[in-house]
Amino acid sequence: MLTPTRRTLLTSLAAAPFAGLVSPARAAGPLKIAYVYPSPIGDAGWAYQHDLGRKAMVAALGDKVSTTYVESVSEEGADAERVIRKFATDGNGLIFTVSFGFMNPTAKVAGQFPKTTFEHCSGYKRAKNLATYSARFYEGRYLSGIVAGGMSKTGVIGYVAAFPIPEVVMGINATLLGARTVNPNATIKVVFISSWFDPGKERAAADTLISQGADLVTHHTDSTAVAQAGEEKGVYTISYNSDMAKYGPKTVLTGVTHVWDRYYIDRVNAVLNGTWKPVDTWGGVGQGMIALAPLNAAVPADLRAKLDAATAKIADGSLKPFSGTIKDQGGATKVAAGASMSDQDIEGMSWFAEGVQGTLG
Amino acid sequence: MHEAVILLSILVATLRAAAPLLLAGIGELVAERSGVLNLGVEGMMLVGAATGFIGAAGSGSLIVGLLAAMLGGMALAAVFAVLTLGLLANQVASGLALTIFGIGLSALLGAGWEGVPITGLATAVWPHLAQATPALQQLLLIDPLVLAAIVIPVGVSLFLRKTRAGLVLRAVGESHDVAHTLGYNVVRVRTAAVLFGGAMSGLAGASLSLAYTPMWTEGLVAGRGWIALALVVFSTWKPLYLVGGALLFGFVTIAQYQAEGFGLNVSPYLLAMLPYLVTVLVLVLISRDRVRLRLAAPAALGRAFHATG
Repeated sequence: MLTPTRRTLLTSLAAAPFAGLVSPARAAGPLKIAYVYPSPIGDAGWAYQHDLGRKAMVAALGDKVSTTYVESVSEEGADAERVIRKFATDGNGLIFTVSFGFMNPTAKVAGQFPKTTFEHCSGYKRAKNLATYSARFYEGRYLSGIVAGGMSKTGVIGYVAAFPIPEVVMGINATLLGARTVNPNATIKVVFISSWFDPGKERAAADTLISQGADLVTHHTDSTAVAQAGEEKGVYTISYNSDMAKYGPKTVLTGVTHVWDRYYIDRVNAVLNGTWKPVDTWGGVGQGMIALAPLNAAVPADLRAKLDAATAKIADGSLKPFSGTIKDQGGATKVAAGASMSDQDIEGMSWFAEGVQGTLG
Repeated sequence: MHEAVILLSILVATLRAAAPLLLAGIGELVAERSGVLNLGVEGMMLVGAATGFIGAAGSGSLIVGLLAAMLGGMALAAVFAVLTLGLLANQVASGLALTIFGIGLSALLGAGWEGVPITGLATAVWPHLAQATPALQQLLLIDPLVLAAIVIPVGVSLFLRKTRAGLVLRAVGESHDVAHTLGYNVVRVRTAAVLFGGAMSGLAGASLSLAYTPMWTEGLVAGRGWIALALVVFSTWKPLYLVGGALLFGFVTIAQYQAEGFGLNVSPYLLAMLPYLVTVLVLVLISRDRVRLRLAAPAALGRAFHATG
């Protein structure tokens, strides 16, 4: 938004052929860092949060770094690989690719440019010069579930979801588990819209859920349409990715937000100091990678206290959201009492917890 | 009572989901009946959505916004008219280029306007919408643009069948040479039809950025322009069939969400396919009769016209 001419020029023609325009040749000196975003940065959402992280990193490290980015790089087809390779040949020392769909092109280009450092967000392929990172946003979902459970009168929470994949499923289950700590009868209605970003469909799904009695709606999609639907109809919402309070000053209660500032500063410093290692980072509330947006004034003090207590416990590791007993929709015990799920099981979650109304693939 | 509200909400949601498709579709239908195939609907909708939002947010008036949206769509349609009717460029290629241009132009125009809050059309008409009872709220969500999306196709249907101007437009679309020989100005008629298409596409964009999801964000239209194009074929170029097709498409989409919300035990992947599956099915049924389909399609569709030719 601050550099409209450049970014709109880039997005205007699917960005890729013009990648060279944003990385003017510079003399050796600052570490050149490039970001590849899957969607427009816009004013809220997944890419917006990563770009906030990039800006914070630039502000912290000053002229030790110079950054460039390309938005709206298609996850399908050959565009991603071309953009990433272009960044590598342009002499960038560190390249962040921030969508699951960029995994294979990133791994391929990383193999061809062993001296360049790569970091891929939300994938699982690593190499000597390729690290992976992601955020335990389900911890934030669990916390937002506490707010949802406390604020919903009917106990019916609507959930506008993109696709029935583990990443989305774990967020839905975590929301329910959090809500049930406050309201043991809370249930979730799920509608999948088969798109990460389609304001019209997100809106229609939110309207549907509200008509079916959901008096609080949250979403795992990228636009601000759900927040607007809630504000128009006087129904509480909880947003995702970014704080969307300005789209619903009366009704947006909070938001589960990704905070990449600290991570980007640390990783770039590691490259500058020569201590960088190709590890996998999966940080959450404790590492400051996930946080709830400021709460709406409508949230009462006793609920805030419960939320603060749970936040502290998740941060110090004494509370793990996916701890037993958890049953699935059929009533089978998925996590035994006293046990908690392994990271591997969480990453492959393909069942809905009891209380979730919805069907997986 | 609750069931009644749900039924009402399904009806209203169907109308609201169909409105942008209907507005864009009726504009394209008129252009195609005059013999011009404009594949730039998606681009014109995006530019209309952007200029409409900028007009409304900048002036504080939704009326200004709606006018700006129509002008934005028409401006893009005018470029198309100059290329294909004036310079006789290939219509398919020009239309595709228009969409790509529209995607970029709308992003450029709207760059500073993302995240600017405005009052949506429904709330502007009835400011106390959020406090209304559920049933009343549903009725109030049928905003003026939704009504226009139903009324305009009916008007176009009457225009095409009952008026002399409509007859001339159809004649130009069936055989531009004959119409030319009879003394009608083919280029002028087609330019008017293309501009009408642009204005309607712009209005369709505004129905998204000012009414359905009152905001501007890049890619807001999300492929609805292409669906509108498909619906024109689906309707066999008849305005009232277009209304039926758009409502059917909207209804299947909404019914899918309702079914999921009620916990229907069907794969979400399968449900997501339904609107397209139904559209394809109806298209197959329609095109079984090849002769009828060929008779329904404007005979001169997509063919360039030159007066000396």
